[in-house]
Amino acid sequence: MNEEITPEAFAHLVDLAALELSAQESETLRQQLNNQLKSVHELLVIPLPEETPIASRGVEYTSTSSPAPRPDTAQSHPAPGRLLQGAPEVAEGYLVVPETPHQDLK
Amino acid sequence: MELFELSALEIARRVRAGEISARATLDSHLERIARVDGRPGAIGGDPQAEPDKIHAFITLTADRARAQAAAVDEKIAAGQDPGPLAGVPLTVKDIFAVENTPSTAASKILANYIAPYTATAVERLEAAGAITLGKVNLDEFTFGSSNESSAFQPSPRNPRNTAYVPGGSSGGSAAAVAALESPLSLGTDTAGSIRQPAAYCGVVGMKPTYGRVSRYGLIAFGSSLDCPGPLARTVSDAALMLQVMAGPDPRDATAATLPVPDYLAEMEKDVRGLKIGLSPDYFRITYFDANTGELVERSLPPEIKAAVSDAAQRLALRGAEIVENISMPHTQYGIPAYFVISRVEAASNLHRYDGVKYGYRASGASDLREMYRKSRGEAFGLQPKLRILMGMYVSAAQYSEQYYNRALKVRSLIRRDFDQAFEKVDLLLTPSTPDVAFTIGGVYGDSVLMQYADQLLVTGNHAGIPGMSIPAGENAQGLPIGIHFFAPDYREDLLFRAGRAYELAG
Repeated sequence: MNEEITPEAFAHLVDLAALELSAQESETLRQQLNNQLKSVHELLVIPLPEETPIASRGVEYTSTSSPAPRPDTAQSHPAPGRLLQGAPEVAEGYLVVPETPHQDLK
Repeated sequence: MELFELSALEIARRVRAGEISARATLDSHLERIARVDGRPGAIGGDPQAEPDKIHAFITLTADRARAQAAAVDEKIAAGQDPGPLAGVPLTVKDIFAVENTPSTAASKILANYIAPYTATAVERLEAAGAITLGKVNLDEFTFGSSNESSAFQPSPRNPRNTAYVPGGSSGGSAAAVAALESPLSLGTDTAGSIRQPAAYCGVVGMKPTYGRVSRYGLIAFGSSLDCPGPLARTVSDAALMLQVMAGPDPRDATAATLPVPDYLAEMEKDVRGLKIGLSPDYFRITYFDANTGELVERSLPPEIKAAVSDAAQRLALRGAEIVENISMPHTQYGIPAYFVISRVEAASNLHRYDGVKYGYRASGASDLREMYRKSRGEAFGLQPKLRILMGMYVSAAQYSEQYYNRALKVRSLIRRDFDQAFEKVDLLLTPSTPDVAFTIGGVYGDSVLMQYADQLLVTGNHAGIPGMSIPAGENAQGLPIGIHFFAPDYREDLLFRAGRAYELAG
């Protein structure tokens, strides 16, 4: 299989990923991505029986090894001001960001 | 013998007995760091600076350490129990949150981030009396196998020969332990990131079972793969450290609720009666050659194969039964599956860095979307960008069945290999790495070849099982060789038994 990430597909990925890249970075990254993709193609030749389960993790969770789910209830942080101390811009206890672009949905 | 040369067990024993103070132990280590480490890594730092130094650190927290040492000494003076790690110096990979300290992930995007809370693993180590010396360097967000991708330069160098990499991503941890800067270091392992640098630097490194140690406060890479674990100079010290860190944590729903054995006691049971397997599938690697576009299979260097054979013989002499020809047919697919699974998880985790809530924000953006793009574009290095893009590509709707779901099925097959192997044997003995450490700049830039340094270890991350690398001599150039054991889920005790037996047989 010789599937490659084209410059057009790459540009779409970059847009979705919210990344601003230089031309040189783009070329390097696209080349590396395609190299990795060739390695990934090795997966496609493995004979996989239809019933092979997917594994989202290696170790099985059981009732004896895992905690019961905690209640799905919101809890106030004891010191929210401390969390805001790391924010780039804050005003009156709120995060400040540049204008949010408006887009009409059709 | 200087205090900085002592093991963690010996430091704790002497501090607890009042033979030495935590403060004197700390001072000895700080002097050692001042002598060998050189300038810490910094954004914009010169990668070539001080080439004969180790450069393990990003942030040295000496004042915080002095306060901790004073608290331990006060407890001793008051007749209180200072904990099993009393006065033991510790370094922490800078991927863990430690309250009121910079927690950078070796990335420009978190260079100014001061953590408002402390990771569970660090909290437990400090509560047991450990003295945190500071935060040590790593590959950016743990993405690498050499430490060269850190945004904080100079990056760590291998203490055995500073022209060589220490491995990664826990390279700062392995370098600090090998250079006698700290007897213990807290690392993380997503594809071998504790065990590979441990092998390259000649120290002990363990990846516990997934969930054995809480991930709370660990800056996430691959959430189904990441494992905090110990690096130390001896198996006993690694056992002591894991003993303190392991156990359930209400703040991490994936932390196992199983009881933690007494590892130090278990470790002394030796290997008589244990069946230890050898698999031919761990004595060759298959990798993609970017120059030819072909898959290449090669055998391992003779000195690495000899180190494993020698270990098997020594363990057999102590009463272990060696079982050869254990089939592990899906080993070679560990890296391709990892290229998919880890990238999808990394892309998801890295979306939180947007310049809004914390971390780096680019200036001059006219709207929110431009701020996202500029902030992420300016502050992520090449490796995070590569993982974001790859993760998004292979999980896109039109490709997810072909790549992502297929990789998750391959993970099932890798897990099945181990399940079937552990029906026949108690442990598997393998080489840690396909080769010894490589030179700085020798591989960096080829993200595929770099990843294959982890081929013999990543299968353990897919399967979730524990593994441990221990030093096993060196090659003709004086570079360390590591041997490695895999054990079934939550059987870290077996790893310590085998590792300790090998040390005693040396």
